[in-house]
Amino acid sequence: MSTLQENTLPVRQQATRPAAQRWLTPVVIVYIALVALLVVGSVLVGLRGEVLLDQGGILNILTRATALGLVAIGQTMVILTGSLDLSVAYLVGLTSLIAAETMAGRDGMVVPGVLLALAVAAGVGLVNGLVITVLKANAFIATLGVALILRGYLEENYTGPAGDVPRGFQHLGYDRIGPVPVAALLMLAVAVLSWWYLSRTRSGYHMYAVGGDIEVARLSGLPTRRIIVTAHVLCSVAAGLTGIYLASRLGSGAPYVGTDAGYDLESIAAVVLGGTLLAGGRGGVAGTIGGVLILATLDTIFDDLEVDPFFKDVVRGVVLVTAVALYARRMSANRTRGRLT
Amino acid sequence: MTPGIATSVRLTGITKSFLGVPVLRGVDLELRGGEVHAVMGENGAGKSTLLKVLAGVHRPDGGTIEVDGAEVSFASPTDAQRAGIAIIHQEFTLLPHRSVAENVYLGREPVRRMQVDRRRMVADTRELLNWLGEDGIDPADNVSSLSVAQRQVVEIVKALSTDARVLGMDEPTAALADHEVELLYDLVRRLRERGIAILYVSHRMREVFDLSDRITVLKDGRFVTCAPTGELTSEDLVRHMVGRDLGEYYPDRAVPDDLGRVRLALRGAGNDRVRDLNIEVRAGEIVGLAGLQGSGRSAVARAVFGVEPFTRGLLEVDGVAQRVTRPRTAVRLGIALVTEDRKGDGLALRQSVRDNTLLVRRAALRGARSRARSDVPALLDVVTVVARGEHQEVRYLSGGNQQKVVLAKWLAVEPRVLVVDEPTRGIDVGAKRAVHEILRDLARRGVAVLMISSELPELIGMSDRILVMHDGALAGELPAGASEGAVMALATGHGVGEVA
Repeated sequence: MSTLQENTLPVRQQATRPAAQRWLTPVVIVYIALVALLVVGSVLVGLRGEVLLDQGGILNILTRATALGLVAIGQTMVILTGSLDLSVAYLVGLTSLIAAETMAGRDGMVVPGVLLALAVAAGVGLVNGLVITVLKANAFIATLGVALILRGYLEENYTGPAGDVPRGFQHLGYDRIGPVPVAALLMLAVAVLSWWYLSRTRSGYHMYAVGGDIEVARLSGLPTRRIIVTAHVLCSVAAGLTGIYLASRLGSGAPYVGTDAGYDLESIAAVVLGGTLLAGGRGGVAGTIGGVLILATLDTIFDDLEVDPFFKDVVRGVVLVTAVALYARRMSANRTRGRLT
Repeated sequence: MTPGIATSVRLTGITKSFLGVPVLRGVDLELRGGEVHAVMGENGAGKSTLLKVLAGVHRPDGGTIEVDGAEVSFASPTDAQRAGIAIIHQEFTLLPHRSVAENVYLGREPVRRMQVDRRRMVADTRELLNWLGEDGIDPADNVSSLSVAQRQVVEIVKALSTDARVLGMDEPTAALADHEVELLYDLVRRLRERGIAILYVSHRMREVFDLSDRITVLKDGRFVTCAPTGELTSEDLVRHMVGRDLGEYYPDRAVPDDLGRVRLALRGAGNDRVRDLNIEVRAGEIVGLAGLQGSGRSAVARAVFGVEPFTRGLLEVDGVAQRVTRPRTAVRLGIALVTEDRKGDGLALRQSVRDNTLLVRRAALRGARSRARSDVPALLDVVTVVARGEHQEVRYLSGGNQQKVVLAKWLAVEPRVLVVDEPTRGIDVGAKRAVHEILRDLARRGVAVLMISSELPELIGMSDRILVMHDGALAGELPAGASEGAVMALATGHGVGEVA
């Protein structure tokens, strides 16, 4: 039986992409977009006779980026493993209350307050992870359910801000070095740590593997359940850190501080804007921080321009959709190239 | 790291049943280091199950496995791996967005000072690639940037990195393009030279004869024979596999009376892949389209079906010029396309046999819903699908049955023009024959069939006329029963008769 075969020597083929394609990763695109946005924003704000990136402007952007950044770092991990967390916004509110109420104005209770808030956050993450892996509930539904449970608890027990953060602890929220808030630096430190964890440690590698193809991961002997649960615990702890930070800024805990800011969907938006695949397996913290900075910068520009809030949302929507479409295009272009080599 | 210490594996009297249905009924197999041992048999003969028993995926109900003379039992694939046995599965098990090295060492990443030792991982991967003579692959490249053949090399390196000395390969060429098959041959030979024992499962007889040292034939879960490749002819092999002489493989060709009007005509058609095509296919006729990979065969199919439409010239269906710019238009005109990628383009794998059968009818035809379900059994009967029922998900069917469902899907909308691209790729001899008969039967009922195939005997055996493509254009036309040499001559750009 013969097959139609080329009689020449086999060509050693290498699917070479144009050089421009290689370095133009989503992360690079995000930061180029960020710079472009800063330039355009500066011009627009400049036309009104103001300065975008003055001390106040930088402070504004970084402050906005701190809380969202922390949530989004955690969200990056769960999304990379192919999961999702919709419960972060309520968890932020809950942990702000736990921290503030435990502290109750006493300096000596700062550490217990922080630890308790983080422990509760980790517990919520554990529940999320176990519901998804053991009960095999879809992540979207599982974390939505947990979000509803948290909301019910908050609505039942709180009508407004509660607890009291000691004066000393408020420094965390307000101290700054020049125009740079200390908290923003701490957020960046968490980002660097997460980046190292994801891109340099075995557990990080395994998160990419689980998100890339859970069956491949399983066949390669990875403990897929444990990996997903770990990602959820880390995500919730990041939300817990956000709650603690916001308690320090507000001076007390507030049940809806997370949901008012829409940290659930906003964090997912930042992650996706940063080039991480919503299906998992590809992306990272560096892009997410870029996405967070873009969203924070947009908000600051809109404030400076006193833009109608509805229009604000329209622009944010357009930015998000454009970004995702752009990445999708590049991905499908790569795929086609791969097949037609 | 020194993979490739000669070793031997002996399976004796292996039996295995699933839910009381015996799949293996006492199979013996012996594998030595440095040999390519082919396992052949029809679908359902037990080849894949045997491979999985060897790999520790399934535990045998009876029989023994010996590695280097010592009896072993594998509770999991990891156990088999420890014993130096690894399997290259049909579906690739690589993460496209991760690098080659990251894939090779997935789950076994070397660690140094709390971090993955990326330098060592890359160096070790490179060493293995060099050992195989595959230095064209950079361990730091993303798998998504590699060709299918290169991905297969990575799969093999992944197996070797576990110090595998016995490699099982399940239909390794199923996903490869023609020219990549040669690369794989090379690689398999190099593995053999380095003392690896290779269990090679394939449907393609030519491959088995080209590569293997010994052939074991299974039928219905039973061991039929094992003989050195040199002592077998392909006729012997077919007889052992199907238990009878297939004799003439192909259904009778069309006689002049069968031919009707010109159903599909291309007049000077072209786009950026193909040019100046003048093709006519009549009702009742099967026209073969031959050509090397990349000659534009599949591009013609895709253009006729509106996937990548023609930008020049005319396309006529039953004598009327049509603009087919998307598949939906093509379907409405009665054009059907069976693509070469059955799983990717042809089927909704997680849907039932019935839903797949009705896919096109539901999607493209107006007012056909009322009679949607009632004739599914009849359709499946025509194409002789063997499934547990209409509700079975197609992903659980064998390749041959899946292909029959694809055909049923098109029969459901009664096409006038049927374009088939590699209709029998990766399916067993029996199913192949059934597909051939279905195609001929359709032609007899007035369908114009345009058939693309890389397998020359099939193309020649089936076609009433053969068109040969070279470099995006028609190189010539040959009558029914032309010789393989004549087709090859045109396909490689020589004139008729220049190459024997």
